[in-house]
Amino acid sequence: MEAPMELLRQSINPSFTMNAPDIMPLPSFPAFATDFKSRTMNPITTGTSVVALKFDGGVMMAADTLGSYGSLARFPNIERLLRVNDSTIIGASGDYADYQYLRDIIEQKVIDEACQDDGFGIKPKNLHCWLTRVMYNRRSKFNPLWNIYVVAGLQDGVPYLGYVDKIGTSFEAPQVVSGLGGYLALPLLRDAVEKKPKMNQQEARAAIGDAMRLLFYRDCQAFHKYHLGVITKDGAKIEGPFEVDVNWDLGYHIHGY
Amino acid sequence: MSSIGTGYDLSASQFSPDGRVFQVEYAQKAVENSGTAVGLRGKDGVAFAVEKLVTSKLYEPGANKRIFHVGSHVGMAVAGLLADARQVVEIARTEAANYRSDYGNDIPVKHLTNRVAMYMHAYTLYSAVRPFGCSAMLGSYDPHSGPQLFMIDPSGVNYLSWVGEATNGKHEMVPEPMFREAEMYAKNALRESDSEGEM
Repeated sequence: MEAPMELLRQSINPSFTMNAPDIMPLPSFPAFATDFKSRTMNPITTGTSVVALKFDGGVMMAADTLGSYGSLARFPNIERLLRVNDSTIIGASGDYADYQYLRDIIEQKVIDEACQDDGFGIKPKNLHCWLTRVMYNRRSKFNPLWNIYVVAGLQDGVPYLGYVDKIGTSFEAPQVVSGLGGYLALPLLRDAVEKKPKMNQQEARAAIGDAMRLLFYRDCQAFHKYHLGVITKDGAKIEGPFEVDVNWDLGYHIHGY
Repeated sequence: MSSIGTGYDLSASQFSPDGRVFQVEYAQKAVENSGTAVGLRGKDGVAFAVEKLVTSKLYEPGANKRIFHVGSHVGMAVAGLLADARQVVEIARTEAANYRSDYGNDIPVKHLTNRVAMYMHAYTLYSAVRPFGCSAMLGSYDPHSGPQLFMIDPSGVNYLSWVGEATNGKHEMVPEPMFREAEMYAKNALRESDSEGEM
């Protein structure tokens, strides 16, 4: 391959330059390297926090519907929750394309599982563990999937909630919030659970709604529309999009920064 | 030639002088010899039933199933040599998965049937292989196309079908009244869906 500068030189009509003094000869650079591999160095279209919480008899998860392009609110109507099967829902923060890639794989995995026809399906703990392996494997190739996944579901009737990030770090917790919401909304959820340790579904909905409102107020990448995934013994359902009710009047009461 | 017969039946790639391919006909015989499989397209779904012949007490309950999942929207019932059929099912699953990965949607069962039929047909063309000793019915339901039912036979021909008798001519094995009733339901369903302009 010819150096780009050489191509440029050839593309200049010689009649323009034939009599001109050679004041500044075009520099000649060595050819650019073309044998490198490129990697994701940063996410492109991103989703912000996923908020999730166990309650009495189930798990609930919410993610807003915004795909941000940097700080630009680019895609206002995307879904970041995936209903895997009757017992499992996952939510994704971070790069939306990477999420779409993994979503296709998971959907095929569910179909393959159904084809086995052995009465077993993917359970949340199973999927969470698998996700940790995928994420760690990709980071080990220096090509991570730029996401945080939150896995929620019922594991043999018991609520399960897990987290895994782009380097494969994972944990289980009674409340999980990914991304910026971990600093903003998680304390709110923990506070709500501390006040009411055995929440019912209605109370959990309220707590999640409060968390989503708070995030919309304070996280610039957050949005006022969100999906809600609920897993109970009656199955897994993704509802919404819901709107957060906001009151910006309280902005006038904020002082100090 | 030490065998009896005309000698035109040794290869799937050879015609007999009267224009038949015996290997394919033998494969169809293999289908006739197995238990019946019935597929029925109704108004809002497709149902399969297969006759279960238990040839040994040693089989566990649930062994040798003949109705398979192919994708989230497609099921398949087979008749004939089960081992051959499993191979065909596996091909169907792979085709369905490939289509999904290429186009991001479930494969229309019309196209799936076609692809599987082409695959089975290819096995009737070469002397090094034998045809599949099985037929398959593919049933599907999706909100866009509604219920659909197709059948493929060992020659690789596929039919748009409303009642599939995978036993190919042995459908008298289905009790006569049951067959008539099924036929009636299917025809009514067809008539209704035709008058709704679906087909």
